[in-house]
Order: sequence, then C-alpha cells, then structure tokens
Amino acid sequence: MPNRKTNVPFVGTKEQEDKLLAAIDRLKDDKGSLIAMLQSAQDIYGYLPIEVQRIIADRTGIPLEEIYGVATFYAQFSLNPKGQYKISCCLGTACYVKGAGDFFQKISDELGIKSGDCTPDGKFSLEACRCIGACGLAPVLTVNDDVYGRLTAEEVDSILAKY
Amino acid sequence: MYRANVLVCGGTGCTASGSASVIESLNAGIAAHGLEKEVRVVTTGCFGLCEKGPIVVVYPEGAFYQSVTADDAKEIVSEHLLKGRIVGRLLYQDETAGGGVSSLSETAFYKKQLRVALRNCGIIDPEDIGEYIAVDGYQALGKALTEYTPEQVVQVIIDSGLRGRGGAGFPTGLKWKFAAASEGDEKYVCCNADEGDPGAFMDRSVLEGDPHAVIEAMAIAGYAIGARQGYVYVRAEYPIAVRRLGIAIDQAREMGLLGEDILGSGFGFDLDIRLGAGAFVCGEETALMTSIEGRRGEPRPRPPFPAKEGVFGKPTILNNVETYANIPRIIMLGAEWFSSMGTEKSKGTKVFALGGKINNTGLVEIPMGTTLREIVEEIGGGVPNGKKFKAAQTGGPSGGCIPAEKIDVPIDYDNLLAIGSMMGSGGLIVMDEDNCMVDIAKFFLEFTVDESCGKCSPCRIGTRRMLEILTRITSGNAEMDDLAKLEELCYHVKMNSLCGLGQTAPNPVLSTMRYFKDEYIAHIEDKTCPAGVCKELLSYTILADKCIGCGMCRKVCPAEAISGERKEAHSIDTNKCVKCGACETACKFKAVVRA
Repeated sequence: MPNRKTNVPFVGTKEQEDKLLAAIDRLKDDKGSLIAMLQSAQDIYGYLPIEVQRIIADRTGIPLEEIYGVATFYAQFSLNPKGQYKISCCLGTACYVKGAGDFFQKISDELGIKSGDCTPDGKFSLEACRCIGACGLAPVLTVNDDVYGRLTAEEVDSILAKY
Repeated sequence: MYRANVLVCGGTGCTASGSASVIESLNAGIAAHGLEKEVRVVTTGCFGLCEKGPIVVVYPEGAFYQSVTADDAKEIVSEHLLKGRIVGRLLYQDETAGGGVSSLSETAFYKKQLRVALRNCGIIDPEDIGEYIAVDGYQALGKALTEYTPEQVVQVIIDSGLRGRGGAGFPTGLKWKFAAASEGDEKYVCCNADEGDPGAFMDRSVLEGDPHAVIEAMAIAGYAIGARQGYVYVRAEYPIAVRRLGIAIDQAREMGLLGEDILGSGFGFDLDIRLGAGAFVCGEETALMTSIEGRRGEPRPRPPFPAKEGVFGKPTILNNVETYANIPRIIMLGAEWFSSMGTEKSKGTKVFALGGKINNTGLVEIPMGTTLREIVEEIGGGVPNGKKFKAAQTGGPSGGCIPAEKIDVPIDYDNLLAIGSMMGSGGLIVMDEDNCMVDIAKFFLEFTVDESCGKCSPCRIGTRRMLEILTRITSGNAEMDDLAKLEELCYHVKMNSLCGLGQTAPNPVLSTMRYFKDEYIAHIEDKTCPAGVCKELLSYTILADKCIGCGMCRKVCPAEAISGERKEAHSIDTNKCVKCGACETACKFKAVVRA
C-alpha cells in the first residue's frame, strides 16, 4: 500500500504528548516493544507523522531511521492522517471473487480518491484491506466500526449518504 | 442449574451480522419475563455456518436458529423459552434433508465434519475458564506435567503424525524434538496467529471460540522443549480474538495454570501477546520472529533454523493456532487415536474456511482424505444460482487451483502438492464459470507484489515483472511469447527467492497455466476473456430484437455512449464505451450482452 509523506501540518497537543510519553515509559523495558509503542502512538494521534516518531526516538534512544523503517514496513501504520470516516474495503479472495474489485472502483470514483488517500475535506479516507474474516458476508466494507456486507455497486451512494 | 441455555455466536462473522443486538434483545426479553434464574445466554465462538448468521442455539432441545434478528430474539424468548414452543420459521433449513431439522449432526453441513480443533467452538463460553475446564480443559497439561517426561511428550506428538497446519506441513513433533535438543538457558514457544491468507479465518475462530486450548497447548510445548516464555503473534485486525485471548491468559494466570510452579510441578511458563501490524510476510517463521523482536518483519536465510536460533537468537518453536488446538486432545486420547484419522501421511483433521461461490460459506473441519466433491457439494451445499463449479483455490497466494476434473482427489498435504496446489492455512475459495482464471492469477500476484518485503530481488523484482506480463495478457496486449517468458520467470522466482513468500508466489500462475491454458491463449490470441471478467477485452452490444427502447441503459451510461430513439432499438458506441457494465445491470430485458 502506498505510504506517502503527508502535506498536512502536524498539530499535536500537550495532552497527547503526555499520553504518548506515558505509553513509552510503560513499554520501554519490554524486549522488542517498538511495534507496540507505535501502535499506541497511532491510537493517540490517529497516524504517525515524523514529529511523533521523533518523540519516540528521543525518549527511547532508538534511532529515528529504525523507527521510520518499522513505521513504513507495516500496513497498519500510516504516515498520513485518516479521514473522520475510515472506509475500508475488503479485497480478500472471497470478496474479490464476489465482485469486490468493481465495488472498490465505484467507491473510489465516487469519492475521487485512491486507496490510502483522504478526501480534501478530511471526511472520508479510503483503503483496501485484506480479509477481515467475514467471508460469509462477502463482499464486505467497513466504515469506522460499522460493517456492511453482501454489497452491490448500487449501494455505494446509500452507504456514503449515511455519513 | 439453568433449565435452558441459549448459545449465541459471538464470532466475527455473526457479530458483523448483528449478533450483539440479538444478545441484548434476548437478555432484555428474559429479564422482562423474569426468567433470569432459569435461562442463561452464553456468547460462544463460531459454529461454522457463517452464511446463516447470526446463529442462536437453544439447549436442551438443541434448536438451531439461523439469521436471527433482534425482533426474532423476542419471539424466541416469548415462544420457545417461555412456552416451550420451538419457533419453526427460524430453524435452520437443510435443503437436502427437506425442511427444518431436529438434530444438528444430521444436517448435510455437519454430517461429514469431524470437529477436533474446533471441538469447543460454539459449545463453551470462551471468556469463562470454568467452561473450558468443564470440558476436560487443562487436563492434558496436568497429564503431561505429572505422567510424562518432556521427551515422552515430544514422542507422543511425533507418533501422532501431526503436521503443521499453517502451510508447509512440517511434522510438529520433529520441530519440538530439534528445539528440545538445542542447548540454551532461554527458549521460546511461539504461536503464529498472523493469519494473512486472505479468505482464511480458522485461526481467528479458534482464538475467538476456544482460546484456552491454545494456551494449554503452548504450556505443554513449553514443558516439552524446556521454555518458560511464549508469545502469541496475532493480527491487530482481529480485535475480538485479541480481547478474548487476553482475558483467557489473565484467567489462566489467576488459576495458576500459567506462571510459576504450574500445578505444583515446579514447571513455570508464561505467555504474552504480540500484535502484528499487518504484513503478510510475517506469516513466514523467521520474519515473524523478527517482528516479535519489534523490528521490520523481514525473513532471514535458514539455517540457522529457529529450533537453534529463533526469537532473540534463542531456540524457538513456532506453530500455528490450529496445530496447537489439536495438541491437548492428542495428549489426552493418545497418538494412536489421532493417527487413526486421516490418510497415510496426513493424520487427523483439517479446518477449511469455505468461501466464494458456495452456498454454505463458513468454517468446516473434515478428516484428511475427504474429497473436494464432498466438501463442495455436500457440506458446502453446492454452487449458488445453478452455476457450474469451475475450480477451488486453496493455499491463498501461495497455493493454486484445483480444477473441476480433480474434484474427486482426496485432500491431504501430498495430494494437493501433486496437483500443483498446497494445503496452506486452509482457505478454500470456490469459483464458478463466471470467474476468469487469468484474472485470479493476477489478483494473487498483485497481492504478493504488494506484500513482498523487498529484501531479496527475485521476489521483489520478479513478481513485479510477472504482474506486468499478466496485466498485458488481461488487457489484450500480450503475445504468445509472453506465456513462455512468464513460465520461465515463475520457475526463476520459485527457485531463487529467500523465503516462502517468494518461493510460492508463482504457484497461482503456474497452476492456472497448467489447468486453464486455453483461457490464457484466448486472452492472447483471440483477445477475449471467456468468463467475461477482464474489462479491456469486453465489448457490450445491444440485441436489437430484445431491446424495447425504454432508454434505461442510455440514462445510466456515464460515458454517453448509448444512443437511440424511444421505443426503438438502442446501440452502443464502442469507442465511447468505458465498459462499466451499468447498462447490463440496468436492462430489464436482457438485451445488453457482454462478450
């Protein structure tokens, strides 16, 4: 998945930073806990801009390039902010053979953004994901925590209209 | 004592279908009728029949209700639980048996199944250790610690013939034996729950439905190889599984079944969860171990094998969830019992996640040696909409297709390899005549290109070149030479890649080329896609004799490619047509055809 650097300026609050530092201190004595730290950081900020990675580097002494390397390796981590509504369209095999590819194209056209991007108003972000394991409902899409199953391309509008 | 137990599936499939609101409605109804002391609602793991979710089962009758809504739940309370009248209209309808069924085990879906790894899924409350103990849970651990030496435990597993359920099918007992023989003060037991194969979800279901079985098995493994610490590496995308596993670990610690001096034996073992962050390559053992260490999950060359140098450079064993789920049963019932199931070289059972073009999507567990026909036609209930079965894909991006002519091959590790597929973790995706095999091969290649970690060039560059050729084929720009080039490249990537990801990435291409070469040739020579999937090769036309000139197609066409007068036959300008298919969907008279 593309993981480009963001152009959105970083805005972090003191409260967020305190929370992050507390999380780092809780984890830093565990062996090999960098991924867990990044996961908490992403929970706190919603994404992992370079500024946040730098906070982790300063606090733990782990070189920034190593942190950046890990942050860009895993699909879960995003260097871009996500939309208010995160649309995640399953393109796992079971969904794909039931037509998820067309559905994904339709939703991408409708929003005018590609996988990994966010609409300019910050409302929707779109990503393709691999199997959420609800293959019985294929094809499947999630918007934040809401799950929509057995989709057809016609339903795109009515789903987007809910948000 | 409760007079009735209401089991509601809380697996991911049924949760997505709305089982949480069903549970709420059941509890509200039970409270409203004052039945709290008589009836209990239990949230369980997966029953397997995800297609018909949410599933509710009421015991003692064993009434199996399907597709239950919150309103239906009220009726179950007022009719079944209050008045003892089973709600017939909600019962699972078994088409082959002709109507509602009384006994679940008699249905076509369950009759041929044999649940060993899934034995407790859908039976017990996974968040209550008491329920696991009530079904003989942790007895195997007790037996191993008190009656067996570590060497004897390893021997039992070797004798059972259990092979790894995660993909390659390496004998589990041997893995344990090598790790047990490695010198070291510190050793690790790891569990691979990073189920990355898109379309497989049995490991998640085991963790959601029976997490203690995995914990117990890992403790047994720890005793067998001399490890005191274990890690479960689980995908962050599986929130329910992660939460239940966490609860289970805490409960096991509280009961003294994890931690120091387990059951007074002097043996100590503890577990931690590591959340994967989404990288398919982390299903590969050395990559997974690097990821546990908190680094980029890149594989490394073997040897040294993990049994000598694994996590943090210490001797380590890694097994997958389903493999572990078998262990307590093997210890309790013996190697002979386990090896009595299955085929000569593949013992026991295997769980498959049935998906794609099949009526009963869901989770099935069958003895090794069951044929694909039995799985698809009997258990799976066949292909929907009267379509013809074309192929089944197993092994995900590492596997291949089993074509219709091989449908009677008994499924086990070696047979699947011989026909160019592999067991993999157990995703089984059924495809019908509307699926294009070249497109499917391309789909998997896109996946591997995306997930290749980039460490070795055969995989990083080779898979990309393969994808480019496949894209040329599906867009009608390929020549026959490309086919030979593609095949050569496949063998090159297979032979020279560093880890399993690259070594198996060409399998979907090779197996579809082997069985469906005519489709490849049709794409290249005739520039057509026989299944009507590859957009660039399609053309839409309107049959003049069927078109009544209603104008629906003209209205929905986004490219203004359709013209025609009202009540007269319309036509499509193929130069303007973007092949979106909107006209075909919109036409009520089947006048728009795709070829």
